[in-house]
Amino acid sequence: MREIFFSQAINEAMRIALEKDPDVVVLGEDVAGGEGREDEGIEEAWGGIMGATKGLRKAFGPERVRDTPISETGFLGAGVGAAVTGLRPIVELMFMDFMGVAFDPLLNQAAKLRYMLGGKARVPLTVRTLVGAGVRAAAQHSQSLYGITTAIPGLKTVVPSTPRDAKGLLLAAIRDDDPVVFCENKSLYFSKGPCPEEDFEIPLGLADVKREGEDVTVVAVSRMVHVALEAADRLGEEGISLEVVDPRTLSPLDEETILVSLEKTGRLVIVDEGTPRCGFAADVAALAADRGFDLLDAPVKRVTAPHSPVPFSPVLEDAYIPDAERLIEAVHEITD
Amino acid sequence: MQLDRDTLLDAYRRMRTIRLFEEKLEELSLAGKLPGFLHLYAGEEATAVGVCMHLGDTDYLASTHRGHGHCIAKGVDLRGMMAELYGRRSGICKGKGGSMHIADLDKGMLGANGIVGAGLPLATGAALTAQMRGRGQVVVAFFGDGAANQGSFHESLNLAAIWRLPVVFVAENNGYGEATPVEYHMKIRDIADRAGSYGIPGEIADGMDFLDVYEKAGTAIERAREGGGPTLLECKTYRYYGHYVGDPLTYRTKEEQEEVRQTRDPLELFERKAESELGLVSSDELREIDAEVKRTIEAAVEYAESSDAPPPEDLLSDVYVSYSGAHGDA
Ligand SMILES: Cc1ncc(C[n+]2csc(CCOP(=O)(O)OP(=O)(O)O)c2C)c(N)n1
Ligand SMILES: [Mg+2]
Repeated sequence: MREIFFSQAINEAMRIALEKDPDVVVLGEDVAGGEGREDEGIEEAWGGIMGATKGLRKAFGPERVRDTPISETGFLGAGVGAAVTGLRPIVELMFMDFMGVAFDPLLNQAAKLRYMLGGKARVPLTVRTLVGAGVRAAAQHSQSLYGITTAIPGLKTVVPSTPRDAKGLLLAAIRDDDPVVFCENKSLYFSKGPCPEEDFEIPLGLADVKREGEDVTVVAVSRMVHVALEAADRLGEEGISLEVVDPRTLSPLDEETILVSLEKTGRLVIVDEGTPRCGFAADVAALAADRGFDLLDAPVKRVTAPHSPVPFSPVLEDAYIPDAERLIEAVHEITD
Repeated sequence: MQLDRDTLLDAYRRMRTIRLFEEKLEELSLAGKLPGFLHLYAGEEATAVGVCMHLGDTDYLASTHRGHGHCIAKGVDLRGMMAELYGRRSGICKGKGGSMHIADLDKGMLGANGIVGAGLPLATGAALTAQMRGRGQVVVAFFGDGAANQGSFHESLNLAAIWRLPVVFVAENNGYGEATPVEYHMKIRDIADRAGSYGIPGEIADGMDFLDVYEKAGTAIERAREGGGPTLLECKTYRYYGHYVGDPLTYRTKEEQEEVRQTRDPLELFERKAESELGLVSSDELREIDAEVKRTIEAAVEYAESSDAPPPEDLLSDVYVSYSGAHGDA
């Protein structure tokens, strides 16, 4: 299969969705760039800060691919309003950190409308956003806040780790009738992987076993899947075999696949770039304690970012992000 | 507004420092020596300095992602700034903040900010403190044309207006928010028009002309200091570099950039006016300042490069106030 960049996978999914469904629109800051300057020969100057929307404004026009002012509360809220009245908006919230500016449309509007209206409303909104540390962008541009959206009933949260997953999940997210927060890790953006050319969907709520193994189950999403695979390679040389389970979506969460793996290995480590309190790792640990207690042969281990903001200084930031080293240590603690 | 020689030389030094500092950063960043993203202030020097010449260390300033110029204009130590940009322990924020979060509370500099529009409400709160303390402090919030479309802009102006807070909101209209031209992102030509909606004065200054900014900011700041309430001051300016270092600048023409540099450069404009028109300073003096500033910046780079990285335990320090004693004596 051909290999493409993560960014291309995102781009292709949006392109297909725009082509096939006239109700799909894209809104966001500089998703085109240089808007209003066609007379000077300037059209689509940026295509998104990471280039994910490149070519979309040219192919589908300024009606359907719209640059917004820097007004997150306004355009994210407008995305909710448009979704509830029949459009299928893809809203780009440049960095997930900016959710702070525009939380109400997600928290109190998108997430609640269907329920509050007695099931009469649908909110087919997709919010694409960047997460993850590692690019020296400091405390307000590096957070992995998917734990927060996962905790909100009514929202779905997707955290893809490969180009193939990104494309299939984004197409499913766009076509889903519930609001979906789609978290793209900036460190994965220019990584390559195999990805089909055609239109395909990966159902939300279906985990993928990224590596089969016998001794320890490692649950990871997004960038941490690759950390887990690296640890699996290295531990394999010592004769410890990791099974790497990538839930791919945090809400809905595929509990069964995790438990089936746990049944096989009896040991569980969760590795997450998010902070440790009330987050993804705590959530999966609780699942194991609750529904998997009889399957466990050792304590559940969590390897996460510390309970701190993301530091700027490269040495500190590198220490902040969980790596294969720390994961291997945790595995040793429960296998020795 | 009367301007003496010393004030002019001081202003020039600050403007030149900003220019050379930013040029140095571009060089260091392209050479791979500086981590992270840099939003350079070059081109907008007259705005920061024209405003900050009226402020003392006890006055407050809230800045933006493009904050180096505001820091320098407010007197933040260059060595501490440079070390911060290198992510070193000797940085003004111990290397934990970086370019988008440089701050120095001792200088009243409340911080650059990674969130567009976040500085305005912080400044409004600082103005609340200033008003309650009653010591005649004022607060300035700098923000971009793009930020003027955030709800925080509107909410802050209204709050400051109804409470008559001592704050001046300085819009740095440089024509773009990232790659989006201002004529696309708002339907009015002058951001200053928005002042009318909140019942406060809206003024416009040529943000490339130190003398014009100095005069208009002076009036607004004086008014705030005397209890007359907030002003919205729009400075029409231009950023010389891309939105960030590395921006390919595909959204504006070379001709436009060249024309501004040729005809509106704030440092050249300053020299023309201060030397030829006012006759208060000489070109030779200014060249001497240039050389001194250059040396100061080189020294700051050396200081930063010879400083240590933060120790690993710093990762977890300052998340919360730490209380050493049982009764919380920090
Ligand atoms: C809330 C928020 N939205 C978007 C961004 C991304 N961003 C950083 S700077 C910028 C443009 C700001 O434009 P303007 O206010 O005009 O300031 P300038 O960069 O021109 O100085 C954008 C969109 C951000 N940092 N914060
Ligand atoms: Mg601007």
